[in-house]
Amino acid sequence: MQIISIHTTLVSAALLCALQAIHSKRLLISALWLAALSALLSILFYILGAEQVAVIELSVGAGLVTVLFVFAINVAGDQELKGRDIIPIPFAAGLVLIGILLLIRFIVPLEPPLRTSRSVSFVETLWGLRGLDMLVQIVLIFSGVLGLLRILAEAKAPLEGAVTEEVAALRERDLQALAQQSTAATERISQATPEPF
Amino acid sequence: MELSSLNILFIGAAALLGIGMYGMLVSHNLIKIVVAIQILVKSALLAMISAGLARDEIQLSQSLALTVIVADTIVAVIGIALAVQVRRRIGTLDVRELSKLKG
Repeated sequence: MQIISIHTTLVSAALLCALQAIHSKRLLISALWLAALSALLSILFYILGAEQVAVIELSVGAGLVTVLFVFAINVAGDQELKGRDIIPIPFAAGLVLIGILLLIRFIVPLEPPLRTSRSVSFVETLWGLRGLDMLVQIVLIFSGVLGLLRILAEAKAPLEGAVTEEVAALRERDLQALAQQSTAATERISQATPEPF
Repeated sequence: MELSSLNILFIGAAALLGIGMYGMLVSHNLIKIVVAIQILVKSALLAMISAGLARDEIQLSQSLALTVIVADTIVAVIGIALAVQVRRRIGTLDVRELSKLKG
């Protein structure tokens, strides 16, 4: 009974965090609520017996993804968007509510758990049964790193262009000033020189 | 593991799925849509771990969930990169402005 109450509390808190992440106006607050949701879910996974996934979810979901979100919000800016909705909010809420109620109607109550006699360790499952997926994950990680590099490269490019243009403008101004000075000096010399006989 | 506890977990996963879908439907901001996708994937993770618990194959569901976490992170990185690019090139994160583009 106590386990059920812990599960209920954690699931309710996770739902509250998710609602706040969707409803908050500022993007930064939204990203922080998402990190709280990840942390709560990792506690739930730990209690359920999935320790490895709990640790990875906590470090990746609540750590890395939040840092990425904060970085992107800093780069892109936190602008408030107003105006007409594409889909009316009551219609969207009703549609989603009907879908979720139908889904719950089909999956609850669950059949009694099917107990299997196999007990395979996590390491054996990960490297033995699903070795090919690990290769796919490595490819995915590389593509993610390339995506991140793309962000950083584009963040720098306009700055370099702006600096080059600024230097070119300064050089142009100096050249014009030099040309004006030389013209003035030529005029002074021509005025000071006496007329030849 | 009692049946009612599993029911709570599955109902929670379904409710998280609903919140994520609602967020994707009503959000105007590209970064907020990526947040909604993250919530959707977290609901899938919760459902997967609960299913592993119900079948008594928690190790298999853990290794599957690991793949989902990696793919989810990559989706977040690429989505954020796209949002930053759109903001830099078009000047807005509003999806309604993006849908007006021609060509």
